[in-house]
Amino acid sequence: MGTRFDIACGRLPEAVLDLNFADAHPGLSNEQAALEADRCFYCYDAPCVEACPTDIDIPRFIKAIASDNLAGASKTILQSNILGGSCARVCPTEILCEQKCVHTAIEANHAVRIGALQRFATDWQMNQTTHPFQRAQSTGRRVAIVGAGPAGLACAHRLAMHGHDVTIFDRHEAPGGLNQYGVAAYKLADNFAQKEIDFLMSIGGIQFQGGAVLGQTITLADLRQSYHAVFLGIGLSGVRALGFENEGVEGVLDAVAFIEALRSSTLSEVPVGRRVVVIGGGNTAVDAAVQAKRLGAEEITLVYRRGPEHMSATSVEREWAQTNGVTVRFWASPHHLLTDQDAVQGICFSRGTPEGGYDPQDSFTLEADMVLKAIGQVFVPDPIQKDQILVENGRIVVDAHGRTSMPGVYAGGDCTAGEDLTVAAVRDGRDAAEAIHAELMASSVEKDANNG
Amino acid sequence: MADLRTVFAGIKSPNPFWLASAPPTDKEYNVRRAFQAGWGGVVWKTLGEDPPVVNLSSRYGALGFEGRRLIGLNNIELISDRPLATNIAEIKRVKREFPDRAVIVSLMVPCEEDKWKAILPIVEETGADGIELNFGCPHGMSERNMGAAVGQVPEYVEMVTRWCKQNTRMPVIVKLTPNVTNILMPARAARAGGADAVSLINTIQSVIGVDLDAMAPMPVVGGKGTHGGYCGPAVKPIALRMIGEIARDPTMAGIPISGIGGISNWRDSAEFLAMGAGSLQVCTAAMHYGFRIVEDMIDGLSNWMDGKGYERLDDVTGRAVSQFVPWNQLNMKFRTIADIDQDACVGCGLCHIACEDTSHQAISKRNGPDRRHYEVIEDECVGCNLCAHVCPVDDCITMVPQPVDGELTWPEHPSNPHRITA
Ligand SMILES: Cc1cc2nc3c(=O)[nH]c(=O)nc-3n(C[C@H](O)[C@H](O)[C@H](O)COP(=O)(O)OP(=O)(O)OC[C@H]3O[C@@H](n4cnc5c(N)ncnc54)[C@H](O)[C@@H]3O)c2cc1C
Ligand SMILES: Cc1cc2nc3c(=O)[nH]c(=O)nc-3n(C[C@H](O)[C@H](O)[C@H](O)COP(=O)(O)O)c2cc1C
Ligand code: SF4
Ligand code: SF4
Ligand code: SF4
Repeated sequence: MGTRFDIACGRLPEAVLDLNFADAHPGLSNEQAALEADRCFYCYDAPCVEACPTDIDIPRFIKAIASDNLAGASKTILQSNILGGSCARVCPTEILCEQKCVHTAIEANHAVRIGALQRFATDWQMNQTTHPFQRAQSTGRRVAIVGAGPAGLACAHRLAMHGHDVTIFDRHEAPGGLNQYGVAAYKLADNFAQKEIDFLMSIGGIQFQGGAVLGQTITLADLRQSYHAVFLGIGLSGVRALGFENEGVEGVLDAVAFIEALRSSTLSEVPVGRRVVVIGGGNTAVDAAVQAKRLGAEEITLVYRRGPEHMSATSVEREWAQTNGVTVRFWASPHHLLTDQDAVQGICFSRGTPEGGYDPQDSFTLEADMVLKAIGQVFVPDPIQKDQILVENGRIVVDAHGRTSMPGVYAGGDCTAGEDLTVAAVRDGRDAAEAIHAELMASSVEKDANNG
Repeated sequence: MADLRTVFAGIKSPNPFWLASAPPTDKEYNVRRAFQAGWGGVVWKTLGEDPPVVNLSSRYGALGFEGRRLIGLNNIELISDRPLATNIAEIKRVKREFPDRAVIVSLMVPCEEDKWKAILPIVEETGADGIELNFGCPHGMSERNMGAAVGQVPEYVEMVTRWCKQNTRMPVIVKLTPNVTNILMPARAARAGGADAVSLINTIQSVIGVDLDAMAPMPVVGGKGTHGGYCGPAVKPIALRMIGEIARDPTMAGIPISGIGGISNWRDSAEFLAMGAGSLQVCTAAMHYGFRIVEDMIDGLSNWMDGKGYERLDDVTGRAVSQFVPWNQLNMKFRTIADIDQDACVGCGLCHIACEDTSHQAISKRNGPDRRHYEVIEDECVGCNLCAHVCPVDDCITMVPQPVDGELTWPEHPSNPHRITA
């Protein structure tokens, strides 16, 4: 085998790293936005709206862009989706709004660029000093939110808007959830996640408390005592393992952790292997592979156990990986890790077919200094283990309004069943906030008296 | 190949496409390039008396719509701002060099016979093929009692036309202003004065828009604006109507009409011919895209004529005129019903909401598995055409004519209190 254990930082000069992690799809210019906005037919009962999890009134905001009413355009977006700026950057629009755009019926792949227009309008708002929404008069009700990811943030903003006082707890020191440490760096370049949070918080009435771990430093029982309602947006904290005994060796990393390290450190200080193998078929796998490549890895292979049609990464993302120089291999299942002392040296795969399963006799080995596991994230129920909250199929069970089985406790985002997308988390948070608001406004003074 | 050669009021040109009197025909340099590009003729930018007029900055305002520039253009320019002698010398040179092209000289001098008598021989001397009397300029010149100020008074039109006819052997084309309530009045006056032809339309008085920062009409000249003359694609319908009215008027029968107003391509050209035009003049389209646009006009028209079996322009000129009738001659028994091609439909819902909010409610909506389904409720459809016009997909909605049981016009209609009874 070749050189052993080649993992290093700063494989590329800083200037190159900066370029590699700059905005992957820079915003539209005024001219581009005007031309694109004019393509929209301004459909009635537009199918694109139905395909947006947050139901943004797309024809309306695009019409507003076309008429140079950017305040109207951005407010239309933000009133449905307060994280419209990050959604515009991270949504896989090819399977959401843009997939349903009627232009695709005229010519495949020629949808109106809804996401890009959404970014154009929300960027305008981000450059203003004003906040488009006003907080209602204080209701005196307090709501605790656990998890400052998209679900928790959207919930907080909507509640604050309705006049409630919100405290968000998160085990991280900074708010943002996966927007801050999960989504690919070049999708949310220029510290956008933080800027958006500042914007969102500027409505007032929202406090953030970092370093607060549910199940450790705080408990649901305490929160229920001190607050009128609780929303859980704690996402997925676990990752699936490959199931090999020697999985703990040096160089075998969980892709989410790799990305988190990358998002929270200086790029030149992030270690990356010379030859990297990424295992998985979702967006996390793609993001890990492309970012490893852009950090300076030489050979990147993304290995997926089934065929392209089974991948949960969209075709756009798969192409993105390929145009970024990632080799994508299908129908290969990890069989065992090759190690030398305590470090990974390679990984052996069994070839498979749609019909016949995987054949351990028919195998191949990829040399690797780093193996990134991206075979799925899971919900970890530990923080709520003691509370009788119903968990089914590995996610917290909620009704259409985000209510869990425990009165006064709501949940949404990745910790509940759904699409596992930023935009879906925003919808869940927003809808739960509306339900909480309705409940709080209907509830009697009795509760006030009880809870002080 | 269709024969596009044109003889209009005795003036010959290799094709019917002339540049209208306007900035593109203001000097030799441009006209030469225009002829090289293939234009059949030019009407030279209007000449006036010396000293020449003085133009302003800026001069144009434009109307755009949903991303398309210049669907309408508005100008506050006056007539040629170059000395008469310069223009005359250039006209002479160009005509000599392009003898097969039509060179017509547009004129505007004050409403005094002497002034006209003075300028006509100067123009004649250039060898120009004819003159066009600019009775149309709706701004600036009209405030000096010229242009539209003459064109709006039939007596003046007749009088000036007569002076010209009496003082030159060149064919006289009278260019009419659309800024009148009845285009037939000045048209008939021109004919009474002996005009060899009429041309129309000149520009329409307009305020193209308001600058909301300067709070002044556009184009803003030092903080203020004025009305201008409107032209370009948006004025085509107005021009077609006026041309048609003249073409079908018995007292105007046989007079050559040079069609002007929004002509941008061969199709517009064919429509102007069909409504009675014998030659075509273009200004805005050339100002927008340059002289090269004539290429498509020439071959588009000729290809279309070949397809239809029309050999000469005369086969087309006026062909739609007898079908252009007053409302009360239309058959009230005729009916069309909208039909949606479900395979072409993309489900945008525009037909539905247009019909829904425009009083007929004749297109139903249903959510299908892949897309919304819109269907015409035939009993409710009044055949108005609106859905077909709003549909963004070409030929997706067609208006299907229904079997017609005889003819019934308003004069005989039972609901008409003044109906004619046999
Ligand atoms: C690598 C990667 C890339 C992705 N890329 C995209 C993309 O491009 N587009 C897209 O739409 N989606 C993407 N997603 C999915 C998207 O990020 C998530 O669906 C979304 O962030 C879910 O939001 P959330 O608020 O439910 O959870 P998270 O964003 O996960 O936020 C959960 C928050 O809860 C906190 N928390 C967890 N447990 C506790 C606890 N016990 N106590 C206190 N706080 C706790 C966490 O610190 C975190 O801040 C990606 C996901 C990953 C992993
Ligand atoms: C800038 C400008 C200047 C014009 N000047 C004259 C003119 O001097 N004499 C004239 O008879 N018509 C003049 N016209 C009117 C044009 O000849 C023509 O009648 C009108 O523009 C309609 O045609 P279009 O729609 O093709 O532009 C002018 C038009 C424009 C836009
Ligand atoms: S939020 Fe996402 S899905 Fe919705 S319109 Fe915007 S880009 Fe499309
Ligand atoms: S479907 Fe496409 S064209 Fe229609 S409103 Fe949506 S973005 Fe516009
Ligand atoms: S306007 Fe045309 S494309 Fe749109 S729904 Fe109606 S028929 Fe279909």
